[in-house]
Amino acid sequence: MPSSALWAVDLFGRVHVLSTAGQSWELCRDTQLEFKRVSAATQCCWGLACDHQVYVRVRASAVPIRRQEEAYENQRWNPVGGFCDKLLPSDRWPWSDVSGLQPRLLDGVALPSPHWEWESDWHVDENFGGEPTEKGGWTYAIDFPATYTRDKKWNSCVRRRRWLRYRRYKSRDTWAKIPPKDDPQQLPDPFNDLSVGGWEITDEPVGHLSLWAVSLQGKVWYREDISHTNPEGSSWSLVDTPGEAVQISCGPHDLLWVTLWEGQALVREGISRNDPKGSSWSVVEPPTSENGIMHVSVGVAVVWAVTKDRKVWFRRGVSSHSPCGTSWMEMVGEMMMVDVGLNDQVWGIGYEDRAVYFRQGVTPSELSGKTWKAIVASQECDRSHCGSNSSLLSAGCFFGDEVRGSGESCAPSDTDASSEAERPGPDQPVPAESLDSPRNPECSSASGPGTSKTSEHATEGTSLAGQTSGPEPQPSQASTPAELPWTNIDLKEPKKAPGQGTAGLPDTASLCSLGLLPLGLDEPCSTGDHLLWAWVSGGGCAVEAHTVLKWFTVQSGLSPSVQALALSITPAQTAAWRTQIFQQLTERTRRELENFRHYEQAVEQSVWVKTGVLQWWCDWKPHKWVDVRVALEQFTGHDGARDGILFVYYVVHEEKKYLHVFLNEVTALVPVLSEAKHSFALYTPERTRQRWPVRLAAATEQDMNDWLALLNLSCCESWKVHGRPSVQAIWSTTCKGDIFVSEPSPDLEASEHLLPCDQMFWRQMGGHLRVVEAGGQGVVWGIGYDGTAWVYTGGYGGGCFQGLASSTSNVYAQSDVKSICIYENQRWNPVTGYTSRGLPTDRYMWSDASGLQECTKAGTKPPSLQWAWVSDWSVDFSVPGGADQEGWQYASDFPSSYHGYKTMRDFVRRRRWARKCKLVTSGPWLEVAPIALRDVSVIPESPGVSGRGHSIALWAVSDKGDVLCRLGVSELNPAGSSWLHVGTDQPFASVSVGGCHQVWAVARDGSAFYRGSVSPSQPAGDCWYHIPSPPKQRLKQVSVGQTSVYAVDENENLWYRQGVMPSYPQGSGWEHVSNNVRRVSVGPLDQVWVIANKVQGSHSLSRGTVCHRTGVRPLEPKGQGWDYGIGGGWDHICVRANATRAPRSASQERAGKQGLPNGPSLAAGAPREARGPVCC
Amino acid sequence: MTDDKDVLRDVWFGRIPTCFTLYQDEITEREAEPYYLLLPRISYLTLVTDKVKKHFQKVMRQEDISEIWFEYEGTPLKWHYPIGLLFDLLASSSALPWNITVHFKGFPEKDLLHCPSKDAIEAHFMSCVKEADALKHKSQVINEMQKKDHKQLWMGLHNDRFDQFWAINRKLMEYPAEENGFRYIPFRIYQTTTERPFIQKLFRPVATDGQLHTLGDLLKEVCPSAVAPEDGEKKNQVMIHGIEPMLETPLQWLSEHLSYPDNFLHISIIPQPVD
Repeated sequence: MPSSALWAVDLFGRVHVLSTAGQSWELCRDTQLEFKRVSAATQCCWGLACDHQVYVRVRASAVPIRRQEEAYENQRWNPVGGFCDKLLPSDRWPWSDVSGLQPRLLDGVALPSPHWEWESDWHVDENFGGEPTEKGGWTYAIDFPATYTRDKKWNSCVRRRRWLRYRRYKSRDTWAKIPPKDDPQQLPDPFNDLSVGGWEITDEPVGHLSLWAVSLQGKVWYREDISHTNPEGSSWSLVDTPGEAVQISCGPHDLLWVTLWEGQALVREGISRNDPKGSSWSVVEPPTSENGIMHVSVGVAVVWAVTKDRKVWFRRGVSSHSPCGTSWMEMVGEMMMVDVGLNDQVWGIGYEDRAVYFRQGVTPSELSGKTWKAIVASQECDRSHCGSNSSLLSAGCFFGDEVRGSGESCAPSDTDASSEAERPGPDQPVPAESLDSPRNPECSSASGPGTSKTSEHATEGTSLAGQTSGPEPQPSQASTPAELPWTNIDLKEPKKAPGQGTAGLPDTASLCSLGLLPLGLDEPCSTGDHLLWAWVSGGGCAVEAHTVLKWFTVQSGLSPSVQALALSITPAQTAAWRTQIFQQLTERTRRELENFRHYEQAVEQSVWVKTGVLQWWCDWKPHKWVDVRVALEQFTGHDGARDGILFVYYVVHEEKKYLHVFLNEVTALVPVLSEAKHSFALYTPERTRQRWPVRLAAATEQDMNDWLALLNLSCCESWKVHGRPSVQAIWSTTCKGDIFVSEPSPDLEASEHLLPCDQMFWRQMGGHLRVVEAGGQGVVWGIGYDGTAWVYTGGYGGGCFQGLASSTSNVYAQSDVKSICIYENQRWNPVTGYTSRGLPTDRYMWSDASGLQECTKAGTKPPSLQWAWVSDWSVDFSVPGGADQEGWQYASDFPSSYHGYKTMRDFVRRRRWARKCKLVTSGPWLEVAPIALRDVSVIPESPGVSGRGHSIALWAVSDKGDVLCRLGVSELNPAGSSWLHVGTDQPFASVSVGGCHQVWAVARDGSAFYRGSVSPSQPAGDCWYHIPSPPKQRLKQVSVGQTSVYAVDENENLWYRQGVMPSYPQGSGWEHVSNNVRRVSVGPLDQVWVIANKVQGSHSLSRGTVCHRTGVRPLEPKGQGWDYGIGGGWDHICVRANATRAPRSASQERAGKQGLPNGPSLAAGAPREARGPVCC
Repeated sequence: MTDDKDVLRDVWFGRIPTCFTLYQDEITEREAEPYYLLLPRISYLTLVTDKVKKHFQKVMRQEDISEIWFEYEGTPLKWHYPIGLLFDLLASSSALPWNITVHFKGFPEKDLLHCPSKDAIEAHFMSCVKEADALKHKSQVINEMQKKDHKQLWMGLHNDRFDQFWAINRKLMEYPAEENGFRYIPFRIYQTTTERPFIQKLFRPVATDGQLHTLGDLLKEVCPSAVAPEDGEKKNQVMIHGIEPMLETPLQWLSEHLSYPDNFLHISIIPQPVD
């Protein structure tokens, strides 16, 4: 979960921001503006300033807000001058819009407001429906309006071409004034209140917001057309009200409440996707007639109100269907105002003390929460830069000591008051303060490990603070850190900021020195001991049940979580004390064992058996779950090698039988969680070939986790796999989002005696991802189902792997969100039209996509117990084929193709309902906020190229289709530092960066693009070269190896790009390789691996199988056949880190030291120099 | 990169090469050969010396055999101390193998507890584990465990099975995420120079200001004589499992990684050997 922000206005009209990860308010310093009210959404904050003007502050992001402007140039042929702009009088304008009805001169296209700027000049669009055009982008037709073609024919009398220009929204992270509504016929009517919401009403357009405002005259206004690409909206429109409004609140979804002068509330009805303004008003009476409603705030399914006597009320029974609710319930506390934010969390401003309160204990099942808790976060110094995640998070740790002084007085710490009392009594000798020299007050925040060095460092910090006076150093400190929260703290490059820790030091030291900086500077900002507040808005603040907030305690020194974070990432791993313990233990073992290995062991190794009762999905028909007794026998051989056998005892026809599995033959253990069963599948090479794993189920989740953990541990022991995966590891994910990793043996890519890929051992990693992409030097990125980008931290375990199977550090909480879809089906009959009464032969009226399973709204459960619903069912309009206004898709009969409009021949219709569910797990992943991704690619590990010194190339496509290039990615900082946006004329879908920085991408229209001139010194390249897709196919994914380029189209064909040469990197044509391929991954040895559908095993057919292309050689890059590996149910594979070849390389030695299976002895085998890739 | 989990293995698989010799005054039928054995540091003498007992009993008459006990350089060895602790405390500066004298007579009643059977070791071990959990989690974790889990802890130690033991023991090493460590650190500090068998006090892993306490903090508080003054000469070694962790090492980390199977940190303070 990235940090998000709570916005508030103090009594002086200054706007402050409090991060969910931070501990202190940060001032939004901006011009001389003073604000009355703010209303926040995730991506922006709207404010009403004291000049009664409306402002919007859009959060900065690496991806620009970019709008395409287009104009058409139209020409007609005449016998004299050929094509020219002399048109017939009846023709359209020579320069027009797409319809030809409006004139549109290039010079006449103006920027909509001063907050926009042009990105470049006008240029001709050469892409026509996925095909490149020749001759300057002209398309030809017989006459205007007609169908245009790419080719000029004998009867082409007219032609046109499209001109493009992009404009960018430039006023980000600053308050941008919205032009006032100037109606000359009316007296000015300034605004009095505003509220933003509505982001859950619709996905179309992206980033839609509803902004409502109330004027001093009591009128209600709606701002039209606010979306991601039009953050300012376009115009104000008046919405009639039956009374004089004073205040308004708009929820994330369809709730809108208004308070009236008379004390009643107005509730808007009929707000929907098609009508975000709603249709009518209903009146709700105040709780008591003498005290009318003064303030109201609404969420998704809650309404809170404050009456004139400052009492707080909760409205019962509010929902989308019943926006008025049923009755008022009085809550404890007296408030000035309350505000409902994301997840229906509630904040308020206390009437007595003007403090900001947070409502604790608000959960979906208990929306009214439990208690009000005051936020005691203290005030932060001025910061010119605010609103972006990076600087917000850093607030919590950089200014530790300043907070101490100002914070302690305002609220007593409620940490652990009893701890003092429980300490040993006074008879215990208390350590003398003098002994403890580094613990002077300035440094107490970091006098942890490495004390002596810390104090030295602290002195440096002091001198630095002394030298630079004035507030300058702070903004620079604040803006220096890279974008990622954790890079701020730990992986910061030491050269960038003065006074920070040098590489070898524990990083707490650098924090300490930073903590000193504000000491001399805090006077200007600590004007009052605590701030008095006027307004708060939680619309951009995501707090969930498990979010740990640090707002309620006074910050003392380094906050614990920051400390934990600092300890957990690399620098602490190299802390002197830890290194010494490792060294001494090694030394001890040498001293005490080396000369005595011939001694007898005191304890003989024995067999250990774990038994239990499980269920087994029996091998014979009819397949069903049968009760079995299971025993795992583990034993140790004379050489110390460990092995085990799993026995499954079953009874068939009253005869006792068993099957057994040697653990050293197990190739994968896959949890198969469903709503009903806690089961797992166990694969061996033979079972993989059969496509029929051993499936076992446990009675409880705990029981299953115990078995799975034990079996995993034993298997890893048998395969001698432990610790973090090597940098060459092959990563994959299943359709359940489980992550598996395999250590490549050198024989895997051998030209002869190839290791069959069904013999690879797959070990599970904690976490939940849709995509994992690895590349050179151990850089591994993942993308969750919700598009969140994650970077691998170097740990292992997490999820259900606890204890020994998990690394001590580098495992963090991870969450993912996905949508579950069901279909509502209806059939038309002549009497009543479409009804939910189908023919007896029809599918269920509520079903899954296939229609075979009944799926009702009430009966559909989240995929497994790990998942919990986080939203209600809603109609999903973004269905392939389109949908009408109510989300219906029509067809002539049920199993058929659907379209989004009704015709005479359509007798059935369906619509898709979606509901979001969320999973919380843990794994060795850290979030790379804030941009959600669709695809990512890391430059593959190039054999023999060290690549050091340059940052590692990493490209991505955002969920909105923007192409991005990550800067600053290195072995030590795999998360990189920032995104560089690479402009495109249309949204993209897939990107891949191969050897020698060849970058290929696939656009959403199915055509491919090659990026020219990408090099380490020019990481984003210069321009796109359009590559037509294979005839009549739309590509969906591309993968570039060392020299080979492969692509997969929407019909699951695999294509090889022919003729790719260093002199002509775009290649000459596509060559068909295979069908039934869902995804391809080409590695640094030009090895080709795919996820294939429909692989026939001896027992069953599998979908989603890992396959390896055999016979790939330099002269035969397309290979010859397939070798089938693990599956089905696999969704993604990445072999792009595996450059493991015969002669031992430095990286293999490294892997060998970690005790990984491809140790030096293995790596030394199989001479394979012959199959080196052709370097470009 | 080495992971902290490897420390657990190193600690578990620590072995001390030992030479057992029968006490000269014991009556034997024929000469008793010394017996060489690798003793697990984390185990207990009477738990792992069945072979020793059998070896010497072969050369003795039945009537001369009573309860076996061990002695090193005149000091009777307490079986209820882990072997590694005994070695660190008494013999760490001497040459290997460790020479232990085996007695069958003259049980030193005032120095040693009787060990009638392995049940006594189990009872002692489990009571230590329970005491440690009382300190760490107010006994909540150990009480939530089933009987078979307790048994698995013991059997893991008994059979020297790391996985078996740690599959359960990890639960004893967990703590709530909002805390930064255990409630109190179960530790015992042993010194050869004092009469007191060991020091054991309540000590929290995290200071009131949120700082993690270190090994040095602990020693300064409960055993100030063990730490040398800032500029002074180092007089003592602070030893756990045969190594000397730096005083800056966080105590919570030590407790999680260098505790003996009984969940206690057994810390030996021994005089710095003079070269």
